[in-house]
Amino acid sequence: MNAKQKSALLDPLFNDNPIAAQVLGICSALAVTTKLETSVVMSIAVIAVMSLSNLTISIIRNLIPSSIRIIVQLTVIASLVIVTDQVLQAFFFDISKQLSVFVGLIITNCIVMGRAEAYAMQNPPVDSLLDGLGNGLGYSLILIVVGFFRELIGSGKLFGVQVLPLVTDGGWYQPNGLFVLAPGAFFIIGILIWLLRTWKPELQED
Amino acid sequence: MRQDSNAYIIGFATAVCLVCSIVVSTSAVALRERQDRNKVLDRQTQVLVVAGLLEEGQNVSPEDVESLFDEHIQIRVINLETGGYEDSIESSTYDQRKATKDPSASRAAPANNAGLTRLPDNALVYQRVEDDAVQSLILPIEGKGLWSTLYGFIALAPDTTTIQGITFYEHGETPGLGGEVDNPTWKALWVGRQAYDSDWAPAIEVIKGAAGPVAEDPYRVDGLSGSTLTARGVTNLVQFWLGENGFDPYLERLRAEGSGS
Repeated sequence: MNAKQKSALLDPLFNDNPIAAQVLGICSALAVTTKLETSVVMSIAVIAVMSLSNLTISIIRNLIPSSIRIIVQLTVIASLVIVTDQVLQAFFFDISKQLSVFVGLIITNCIVMGRAEAYAMQNPPVDSLLDGLGNGLGYSLILIVVGFFRELIGSGKLFGVQVLPLVTDGGWYQPNGLFVLAPGAFFIIGILIWLLRTWKPELQED
Repeated sequence: MRQDSNAYIIGFATAVCLVCSIVVSTSAVALRERQDRNKVLDRQTQVLVVAGLLEEGQNVSPEDVESLFDEHIQIRVINLETGGYEDSIESSTYDQRKATKDPSASRAAPANNAGLTRLPDNALVYQRVEDDAVQSLILPIEGKGLWSTLYGFIALAPDTTTIQGITFYEHGETPGLGGEVDNPTWKALWVGRQAYDSDWAPAIEVIKGAAGPVAEDPYRVDGLSGSTLTARGVTNLVQFWLGENGFDPYLERLRAEGSGS
């Protein structure tokens, strides 16, 4: 792996994280992170879609007429999303029910098309695959951290297993319902962005 | 051919569409059988949960679900208008949702608040039978919430009014708000309440705010905060299916039989 490939894979984790640094894909990050399990499955779905769409588009990048390139990217991404949704419905039915429309909405996730347009159109397939993988992982990292805190604080559980005994079940933990709702995710994402920019001051804008 | 010529662009677009549609349809067709089985299993699981034979979220193998279902649950087809059994229709293959869309097996629904446009002529009822006695009547219910049609089941005791459980197996309400109709704590609030008042009119409703304990406030259920419209939809659809165009004729027959024997 050369330096360029390494940075395509690793930069999106922290230096150029799609959610925390570029603030893209916030919508789904709010919607699916009430539980760790749905966060993880959503992450895997996005990683799969983003790697494959970057790879596909990079392979055909020299054939795509520039006047219809956005539509072509969308068609490829939409097809991959439908296939992913079908696979989830066949093999992870319960989770696919919980994720409901949000798998379909990966199509509109700005990160996926952003990477196709900004990276895969100019770079060879292997680099693009790594870039898709890296951005998918960067997105997943935030999603899983947010899902971890939301499920723990909001319902005292992790992966559906009760770790903090609830007051209603005779324990000591009073769950904070705010974290199950969307504002909870805003707070956590805000704090993450703050921490990341304190750690890497070069990300701060004027 | 030049890449910016119209012929090339049209050709390229066609090729992309063709390849993508083949990929999409192949995956849809190849996975159809598995998805259908998942849907049937899911429905059976929901029936078992609402009948109190399974815990919500309990991990059971598909085989166990099937055997539990076969052992305890009897499916019957009824005529919605007369309330009588239609034993000439094979209950295991009758698809109520398909029938609702089939003009020859359904009729236009009378004006209603539940957002239903067509009603099937025949409906499925699931009975939980133990030692030859019916313990629960599990009735399919459906109707509009805020965004989507909710599909679910309500379980009634043999007295046809005491609610044993309610569940929705398919809906597209806002997760965290209207989607809280899936919340086990909320669903538990329905248990023990009365579907009908003393004159046998559908009475159960979801209110704004909190309802009292079951004994003092038998006809009302706590609202879901942030989802007034979903809650109103649930009230409307439950009352519709308990009403004269829903399962009331059938339940009335059961009551008549019960008091006669």
